[in-house]
Amino acid sequence: MIRRMLMAGAVALGLAGALPATAQQPVEIQFWHGLTQPNGGLLEQIAADFNASQNRYRVVATFRGSYPETMVAAIAAFRANTAPHIVQMFEVGTGTMMAAGRAIKPLHELMAETGLQVNFADYLPAVRGYYSLRDGRMMSMPFNSSTAIVFYNKDAFRRAGLNPDQFPETWQGVEQAARALRAAGHQCPMTTAWPTWLMVEQFSAIHNIPLATQDNGFGGLNAELAINNPLMLRHLTNLVNWQREGLFRYGGRDTAAEPLFPNGECAIIFNSSGYRGRVQRESQFQWGVAMLPYYNDVQGAPFNSIIGGASFWTMNRGPNAQRSAEELRGVAEFFRFISQPQVAAKWHTDTGFLPVNRTAYEQVRATGFYSQPQNAGADIPIQQLLRGGGQMTGNTMGIRLGGFVEIRNIIQEEMERAFQGQQTPEQALTNATNRGNQVLRNFERQNRGG
Amino acid sequence: MRKKVIFKGVALPYLLLLPQLIITGIFFFWPAGQAIYGSFLREDAFGLSREFVGFENFADILADPNYLNAVSNTVIFSSAVAFSALGVALFLAVQADKAIRGADFYKTMLIWPYAIAPAIAAVLWLFLFHPQIGLFGRFLNGIGIPWDYKLNGGQAMLMVIIAAAWKQVSYNFIFFLAGLQSIPRSVLEAAAIDGARPARRFWTVIFPLLAPTSFFLLVVNLVYAFFDTFGTIHALTRGGPGQSTTTLIYKVYVDGVENLNFGASAAQSVILMALVIALTAIQFRFIERKVHY
Repeated sequence: MIRRMLMAGAVALGLAGALPATAQQPVEIQFWHGLTQPNGGLLEQIAADFNASQNRYRVVATFRGSYPETMVAAIAAFRANTAPHIVQMFEVGTGTMMAAGRAIKPLHELMAETGLQVNFADYLPAVRGYYSLRDGRMMSMPFNSSTAIVFYNKDAFRRAGLNPDQFPETWQGVEQAARALRAAGHQCPMTTAWPTWLMVEQFSAIHNIPLATQDNGFGGLNAELAINNPLMLRHLTNLVNWQREGLFRYGGRDTAAEPLFPNGECAIIFNSSGYRGRVQRESQFQWGVAMLPYYNDVQGAPFNSIIGGASFWTMNRGPNAQRSAEELRGVAEFFRFISQPQVAAKWHTDTGFLPVNRTAYEQVRATGFYSQPQNAGADIPIQQLLRGGGQMTGNTMGIRLGGFVEIRNIIQEEMERAFQGQQTPEQALTNATNRGNQVLRNFERQNRGG
Repeated sequence: MRKKVIFKGVALPYLLLLPQLIITGIFFFWPAGQAIYGSFLREDAFGLSREFVGFENFADILADPNYLNAVSNTVIFSSAVAFSALGVALFLAVQADKAIRGADFYKTMLIWPYAIAPAIAAVLWLFLFHPQIGLFGRFLNGIGIPWDYKLNGGQAMLMVIIAAAWKQVSYNFIFFLAGLQSIPRSVLEAAAIDGARPARRFWTVIFPLLAPTSFFLLVVNLVYAFFDTFGTIHALTRGGPGQSTTTLIYKVYVDGVENLNFGASAAQSVILMALVIALTAIQFRFIERKVHY
């Protein structure tokens, strides 16, 4: 009796297992992202829209923690043969992913094999350049991009007798403004979020000086840091002096300085364009945005700024597991879906990230979005990316260094030691260069075989 | 008289031991073996190319000034945490052991912090010490003491020591209180009759009788400061500013998880593992020999 029941159970189980194969089930595409709310929910909505638009594929979007956590999770999953089809990778991880060999499926291969078309020529050059090889072949799918800009407190500017509608264009002007703010009793004239991204990476791009040799690493894994240069030293020396004089405040790593602006404590903050929503929500004063300042005695400056944010990478399942043609087709269809101007335009206006293609930008502009008072300056980031005539050089395309997460932290640490007065700005740059180069050499060695 | 249960055959005892052996094997020996193996390799993040480098990872670590900095941070941090947590707990336990009104209430309050997760405790301290939003931080800046743990390494270290020690006080308090209560009243009364004042009674009678408890707690506290304070440091300072609060265990995390440098991280874990084994061995030796409950 028991044996018969077991048999029947086994047969039922077998049938249940066999059934889905006969019915037409959509192919599941695993998609891991690292966006917190509300942006994460908006991203998941895009996946849901894609699923509703067809029935052959189903994109399953899952939140996997912050960008670095998502990166670590995807890499660990790959080693365990359970990598997602698509992973959202922040720009700092780009160098690591590019060198990842058979762990990834380059975007240009994916598109060629599936025969689907996306008009990448329409993408903003700064966005396209960041995620493509030197010959222009795309490696990953651009999606949420931002850049860095200035946010300033117009009320504080007024109190200090400064023109609230005209943020100074140059660092010399910013210094004067900071002095005026200080003289008017402001305890913290300016601060910055993401110290390395703003004060080293963006700074180098805007002045067209290299952050690293080999076109910031685009040319090969043998790149070396080049931040120990006179202009960088001049700027870091200024920052350290300003910090001592009370014109600049070091607010901590990554986003630690962010609360200092909306609460009115600091009058100027340099931060990602994606910070706009928070300022809008939390600040109780009139504020404005402006393009990043530059030293006007540097020839050719200002050039375009570079992007931050993330792109989507197609991953293989594991070291020895390829994707089926059907799975790749599903990924490519999803990428084509998100490249549509109306999707990009909605994402831009909903979140404050950049419109990644020109058509989306034009569409949003045509709706009169930027001329509405609450959206004033929302197109500043785009204009800044196109500053310098859109003519990008090897120093303004972006940064492609392996182990860049670590290098960013190293630069941050050495800057902190300089701000503490434990070392001179010159020593900080020398130490950061030496330690960073060691990371680069290790990465080169680890990826030699690829 | 010891009672011995004798099993017939060998199958049953091994079967009964099996679950524990499996757990030890999977959760201890296997990962430990992996760490030792990994410490001799250098590989890319995705595990696609690996190279056997012998002891090169160890040589690199020991030559790295940042590692040596982490060693000295760990020594300062652990000893400060252990001694302040023990000192405060002993003081509180002695006070709570006296006949006072509402003693149970005090005891409960003092034991409470132990139930708080390290990261949450760290956030509580953040609300106290943050230079802009913290009560204490704002007060210090208000009276003209420049307090900013994000830039001042010494202040950052002080803050993580306080936060980590506070969390351990409760644990120590329980053990000290139990230790105090097991000291025979008659001994204390005899000392009192002989004319010993409270301070003298404490140092000559109570403190020596508490020695086994203190020694046990010292080892436990050191192990805690070495290995369990990751959450506190991560939430408060992330090892900064510079690397002034990066301890050995925090560096293992940064190199392995954030920087994806598995070889270096594994080598550091192996060194730490040797350290724990040594600490445990010392503890067993001393406790077996010296303790007479």
